[in-house]
Amino acid sequence: MSEITEQAAPKSGVVSMSFVKKMSGPLVGLILLCVFFSLTSEFFLSARNGLNILDQVTVLGILAIGMTLVIVIGGIDLSVGSVLAFSMMMMGVMQRQMGLPLELAIIVGIATGALCGLVSGLLITVAKLPAFIATLAVMSVTRGLANILTEGKQIVGYPDWFTSLATVRQFGFLSMTVATFIVLAIIAAIILKYRPAGRNLFAIGGNPEVARLAGINVNLNTCIVYALSGALAGLAAVAFAARLDSSQPSAGLGYELDTIAAVVIGGASLSGGVGSIFGTVVGVFIIGVLRNGLNLLGVSPFIQQVLIGVVIAAAVTFDTLGRKRR
Amino acid sequence: MPTENHSVENAGETILSVRNLSKTYGKITVLKNVSFDIKRGEVVALLGENGAGKSTLSSIIAGLVTPTDGSMQWQGAAYSPATPSDALNAGLGLIHQEMRLLPELSIAENIFVGRLPTRSGRVDNFEMYRRADEQLKRLGLNVSPATKVKYLRVAAQQQVEIAKALTLNARFLILDEPTAALGGEETDKLFEQIERLKNEGVSFIYISHRLEEIARIADRVIVMRDGELVANFDSAKVPVSNLVEAMVGRQLDRIFPHLPAPTHKPLIEVKNLSSAEGDFHDVSFTVSAGEVMGIAGIVGAGRTELVRAIAGADPVKSGSVTVDGKVLTLKSPADAMAAGIALVPEDRKLQGLVLDHTIGNNIALGNYPRITSRNWVTPTEIRNFATTAIKRFGIKGSADQRANELSGGNQQKIVIARAISAGPKVVILDEPTRGIDVGARSAIYDVIAELAKQGMAVIVVSSDLDEVLGLSHKVLVMARGRNQGILAGEDATRHAVMERATA
Repeated sequence: MSEITEQAAPKSGVVSMSFVKKMSGPLVGLILLCVFFSLTSEFFLSARNGLNILDQVTVLGILAIGMTLVIVIGGIDLSVGSVLAFSMMMMGVMQRQMGLPLELAIIVGIATGALCGLVSGLLITVAKLPAFIATLAVMSVTRGLANILTEGKQIVGYPDWFTSLATVRQFGFLSMTVATFIVLAIIAAIILKYRPAGRNLFAIGGNPEVARLAGINVNLNTCIVYALSGALAGLAAVAFAARLDSSQPSAGLGYELDTIAAVVIGGASLSGGVGSIFGTVVGVFIIGVLRNGLNLLGVSPFIQQVLIGVVIAAAVTFDTLGRKRR
Repeated sequence: MPTENHSVENAGETILSVRNLSKTYGKITVLKNVSFDIKRGEVVALLGENGAGKSTLSSIIAGLVTPTDGSMQWQGAAYSPATPSDALNAGLGLIHQEMRLLPELSIAENIFVGRLPTRSGRVDNFEMYRRADEQLKRLGLNVSPATKVKYLRVAAQQQVEIAKALTLNARFLILDEPTAALGGEETDKLFEQIERLKNEGVSFIYISHRLEEIARIADRVIVMRDGELVANFDSAKVPVSNLVEAMVGRQLDRIFPHLPAPTHKPLIEVKNLSSAEGDFHDVSFTVSAGEVMGIAGIVGAGRTELVRAIAGADPVKSGSVTVDGKVLTLKSPADAMAAGIALVPEDRKLQGLVLDHTIGNNIALGNYPRITSRNWVTPTEIRNFATTAIKRFGIKGSADQRANELSGGNQQKIVIARAISAGPKVVILDEPTRGIDVGARSAIYDVIAELAKQGMAVIVVSSDLDEVLGLSHKVLVMARGRNQGILAGEDATRHAVMERATA
């Protein structure tokens, strides 16, 4: 996982130190989890399993990048799981039923996600709905649309080159989907930290009125962020379809909650203005490693659910306490 | 009120006595050996700069904070409240500067929250409204107790707080800066109410930064500095300069910086501007380069709405704003900033600062094009940019410190620093010294004068009459949303301004 640690680690002096200190809570948790599973399962600590985990967290990771932006501006996006399903079905229908080339169908899928996100953004900024309600509505609508497209049936039979995006490890190392996740995470981390446009998002989440009076177009930025979150859900759909070798209208059920959990475990505040891509990636891996390790130990999925809930509560509690002490 | 005999007979009796109160947090002492007495039916003004220990003292009396050392006596018995409800039950209430009301609930529900009157297990609405109405009448407040608090103006909300304390049979109230958000008329009304309650035997500690009020309302004055009680005036008819001297520990006249004569080059021209929401109508004025124009008026006169509209924050219905010869289309604060108008908003905590973020990030906000010419900014560049501004405006803090760790005066300077860093031609400051202590105010005045000297057109909205008059070349007086006249030179007197403001 060294590439993950490197991607967001800033290079400049004091800030990077305080940054690492701020992040240490979730990071320490992740390391402890890894140590624990290494000691209890003989299969956990291997390059192969490491790459497995990467494969397993890719969809969650791509969604969590978008969710980080949304949560940083003080919003929430409950629609990502359903938008993922809708985008996936759009892509499938375009390719299998409309006969579009798959490359084009992929673009349609991503655009579908972006459009859904834009609708959320407009509901929030123009219709003045609370983000929770707006995205709840979009969640319901898109899940319905995903099922309507094929009357609830799955679409199978993608070309080999497409499924190989998720299954073939280039240079025996990374699949294309994992590489996409990593590249996106790096880009998002850089934008949030080093681009004025990214830094403005923190101000919007910190206090939208202050941001507006300081000359930031809050409504425009809000729409862009939700559209990005939707587009990333569309991209996650592509990665997911490649992995499943099919498009399923029930895909991504409940993913929005896993995604929000990952972002919050990573130190973001649901009241906005705080968060980082590095933290989110750590959060994603905490969830991924926990699932993977518990599977290797043969723990029942029901007990897994309980444990994941406990970890979410513990991680956020420690983070909140640490913040107070600071 | 001479008819109220039962209280008069007890007047003069000591109701609260405080002995050697001290409070330390770790190594920091915030309160040192404070002792004083308060008599029944007495209004004692408590003065001091921010950080002098006024809040700690009031918090101890109101049961929010426990003292490290010392004791209190309340109505002759030992008194050591562990919680605010202990204090309230004993009859002592603290009315905060910032209201702590529930906006979605009615006045009556707010008054009785936590102790709603019940009959056979259900809330007795009739009784609740009746008793709330009784208290509102006692305060001379003419609103229905069923009104939701969010529809009330600040002044009325404050009275709800007072009514709440009164239903608990409070015999002693601490008012923390009650007039900070009130206009002249509302202040008068509050003073009437205090007077009335005083005659009923209620005692007050009155905390205020507006020293001119003290002589009007207080019987005695106590002054704190650095956690100690440093002065005790037996009468409130003390010259303001003496009070200030006691507060700051040195002679400090309220001297406003000298302003050089303005140029005759109009920078901003506002013509027949009317608000889309009807808050102001047909306002026109011109401010030249190097000129400071004050805007005076009571709260609700439309001053804040006017300057917010000029800064693009609120919509206008008709009229025009011209800066440097160019007519502007103002759709957003960003438009106004691009045209060279900067606004330092009224409420620095809610509109000026992201309190949880660092000083550096707060100053950098909206200023990225000035920090870097690339579309790319590093933490070092932000820190350097902020540090320059921190030095220029004398902010006591570093770029990596969080904004909420600073005092009000320094927070205000951060907001000013951000606005000025954008290199505006016109600077609008809305209530720049509200809630800021006397020592820090003159620093803000100096900053304002400096902006004018650098050739900016400066507009200052203030409820503090002396401030508006002392700081400006000319004063625009507003009342009921209209320009009641622009006064300059010898015409600009307190009397003339008040006359127009209350027109």
